[in-house]
Amino acid sequence: MSTQTKLLKTYAPPLATFGAFIGVWYAVHYFILSENRKFIVPPPHAVIDNSFLNGIARSELAEGLVNTGRIALFGFLIASVLALFGSVLMAGNRMIERALFPYAVALQTVPILALVPLFSVWFGPTRTARIVTCVLVAIFPILTSFLFGLKSVDSGHQDLFTLNNVSRTTRFRKLLFPAALPSIFTGLRIGAGLCVIGALVADFFFSRGDLGLGRLLNNYAKRLEYEKLFGGVILASALGVAIYILIGWIANRSLRDWHESEARSA
Amino acid sequence: MTEHFEPEIAHSNNAARLEFRNVSMTFPDGTEALKEVSFSVAAGEFVTIVGPSGCGKSTLLRVASGLTTHSNGECMSDRKSLGYVFQDATLLPWRTVQRNVELNAELQGVPEAERRERARQAIDLVGLTGNEKKYPKQLSGGMKMRTSLARSLVMKPSVFMFDEPFGALDEISRERLQDELLRIFDHEGFAGLFITHSVPEAVFLSTRVLCMSARPGRIIADFSIPWEYPRQHDIRYSPEFAEMCGKVSESLREAHA
Repeated sequence: MSTQTKLLKTYAPPLATFGAFIGVWYAVHYFILSENRKFIVPPPHAVIDNSFLNGIARSELAEGLVNTGRIALFGFLIASVLALFGSVLMAGNRMIERALFPYAVALQTVPILALVPLFSVWFGPTRTARIVTCVLVAIFPILTSFLFGLKSVDSGHQDLFTLNNVSRTTRFRKLLFPAALPSIFTGLRIGAGLCVIGALVADFFFSRGDLGLGRLLNNYAKRLEYEKLFGGVILASALGVAIYILIGWIANRSLRDWHESEARSA
Repeated sequence: MTEHFEPEIAHSNNAARLEFRNVSMTFPDGTEALKEVSFSVAAGEFVTIVGPSGCGKSTLLRVASGLTTHSNGECMSDRKSLGYVFQDATLLPWRTVQRNVELNAELQGVPEAERRERARQAIDLVGLTGNEKKYPKQLSGGMKMRTSLARSLVMKPSVFMFDEPFGALDEISRERLQDELLRIFDHEGFAGLFITHSVPEAVFLSTRVLCMSARPGRIIADFSIPWEYPRQHDIRYSPEFAEMCGKVSESLREAHA
């Protein structure tokens, strides 16, 4: 197969889907909605005109994107580091695991979003409050994936390391960590998506402090500026997708040689 | 390198490298896995323990290697220079063949240049030269087991333990690996302790075959296998070989009736 046909086969199907989506979008606007309801689904070109080509909306959205993106990223980094420490501690000591793990599971079921008003009382409409929201939304799924990975290490591999009398740090560096890597990346992917949600939701609750995408979406919806609302939704989605792709790329780089999940198709 | 390995010479320094004296092992749940097992393996001896699944053979090997502690008796072995080949190849999937073979040496602090050279020799000895850059998932079952063998060979073990290493292989790869293992044994002269449930495998490889009873495992018979090394692969088809297998099978049959 020539490279061209290969490229075509790789990229044509998703591009076709995208084209169809845009087509349906236009069709809804022009053929399905009645005249007085057309404003609820503005056509794509109007969205681009009003949110990305209009100077005021563009700078507003850009500011929101940067602020929300920064909160999501910080939250994600903090959640990942804490999850790594937590999972290593729990994987290394059964008593600590017994003491903490049930709560890590239970806290996953607590609707963290219900706590956001509390954070705003405690921390004010600050970046801290937003980051705390992000971290709490994301940390437990990341932690459980990490711990699952660290505890699923093959017992034969464990014996092999035991026979070599290795120290705990060597065992972690050369066995546990690489063996857990696929699960770690699964956790990071889930966590990245959740952090974007956390940052947006925190924004929703705060009408003061940094201007984020969440508050912009809220404002546009209230003011019936649906073109801009669509623009904001697209940016928020793009942020989530961008982080997901970034992590996917790193996962692929680290795993593709040996792990089935990232194996290159021949 | 001696072309013809002579057991007499090896026996002359007949200090046992591995010795069990009345070793018993009871699991915490009360299951008796081993009962008063005594035997020893000297340098240049290749002892195989044969018995059906679940008779405690693997437990015996875990006790011998120190992975499990026994309940009673004495178990003496040279654990500083121990080779251990597992039932599965237990290769690290994120390492290439080369880096897998270097693993034991790396964990025991052999300097990089030296372990690379030793790995090269071991890879050559198991016939995997040219596959150094492959990852385990690109290897066949037989090649994985060769890599696993090489990984232990790098440390030039004085005691080499094998826990049914060829059990998962097809008959053809299995026989080929038996041939290779004998060649390596002949070359390295370690004290070998091999576990299997295959009687012909035990007879083909060993200087001695020990039969194990059903749980709790005891040694119920001890056969000396007379043929000299290197053994040719076609002794498998000789009447003497069949007769020897018959004796071993018979004693197992009696014990497990």
